[in-house]
Amino acid sequence: MIALLLRDLRLAIRAGGGFGLGLAFFLLVAVIVPLGVGPEPATLAKIAPGILWVGALLSCLLSLDRIFALDFEDGSLDLLATSPLPMEGAVAIKALAHWLVTGLPLVLAAPVLGVLLNLPVPGYLWLVISLALGTPALSIIGAFGAALTVGLKRGGLLMSLLVLPLYMPTLIFGAEVVKRGAAGMAVATPLALLAAITAGALALLPIASAAALRVNLR
Amino acid sequence: MSLLSAQDLAVARAGIPVLEGVSFALPPSRALVLRGPNGIGKTTLLRTIAGLQPPLQGRITAAPDAVAYAAHADGVKPTLTVAENLAFWAQVFGTDAVATAIDRMALRDLVARRAANLSAGQKRRLGLARLLVTGRPVWVMDEPTVSLDAASVQLFGDVVRDHLTAGGAALIATHIDLGLDAAVLDLTPFKARPAAEGGIASAFDEAFT
Repeated sequence: MIALLLRDLRLAIRAGGGFGLGLAFFLLVAVIVPLGVGPEPATLAKIAPGILWVGALLSCLLSLDRIFALDFEDGSLDLLATSPLPMEGAVAIKALAHWLVTGLPLVLAAPVLGVLLNLPVPGYLWLVISLALGTPALSIIGAFGAALTVGLKRGGLLMSLLVLPLYMPTLIFGAEVVKRGAAGMAVATPLALLAAITAGALALLPIASAAALRVNLR
Repeated sequence: MSLLSAQDLAVARAGIPVLEGVSFALPPSRALVLRGPNGIGKTTLLRTIAGLQPPLQGRITAAPDAVAYAAHADGVKPTLTVAENLAFWAQVFGTDAVATAIDRMALRDLVARRAANLSAGQKRRLGLARLLVTGRPVWVMDEPTVSLDAASVQLFGDVVRDHLTAGGAALIATHIDLGLDAAVLDLTPFKARPAAEGGIASAFDEAFT
């Protein structure tokens, strides 16, 4: 298991692994939005939570198809499936590797980008907390989408169509946490729901993804 | 006691039966070579035995965790070095046979090279070296000698022979003589008959009945 995690991390940071791609995209979104919307601080402060969450979500989406597609193409997915690793565990580990490479940098970079969007000061803490709780769900749901579309030519677009609706609850509650946090209101309810979605996805989706992979490998 | 056996096995590719009535037994220290024209279902049979797809009919009997599968594709990661590729599989299978595998497949001079910079034959040797680090007794191999030169085929033949001497077994789909004392199973007579002639109805038919 740890071997698989280390391998995936190593593959991600080597040339062509796509490390930093999501982060760069997130940065671009946060830079571009004020240019398009205009520089009024009040407007930006109002839309900042939503923009930051949408940016994080789209950045996650960028690298999802790599989770299984590369292993499928070079045959290592077949070999992993016949190895002693349980498929469910392999899926969970690959989603974790995706989160460490994509989600975690977003969580860490978000406060800096919050400055660009004039996020109200009380919102920063909740931005980091909501992203830290929500982005694991993005990775694990994305791994499920990637598992469903793994053998398909140009499956990336189809995967986005499948995955984006599943991201909606995480987006709604995640942005709600930041919005309420920034306005100084209580955040317990959306935060609990956000955590619940992540916990539920972590519990159920590795099993569903493993089943989808087995079907696709036949 | 055979390490791997199949009774009256029928396999399907994409829901269409390709082989039926295949039976064999593979005792320790024996190799079985699968022959047959292209498209007869050698790969499908091997994938079924490796557990990647369920058989349509019949039974496969093997000790748990006995089978190591080597497919057409080597599963080699281009950005990892030869040693890193093998070390990964050794960790997954819980063995420490990396150094042995490197020496046996004559990869010593290439250990620090990234797999992307290997030739097709060298990459194949790396893919086959993976079998050595699995530590599993039954090697199921699909055209292992593709893109190997004569010397490498000889080298690989020796590796398989040693594996058999050590009590292992091998099931090989190949058209090349590896110099093994192996039984040959020609799959041509086991081609699946159409359902109208008493063969198995395909999953495609089943979906509409």
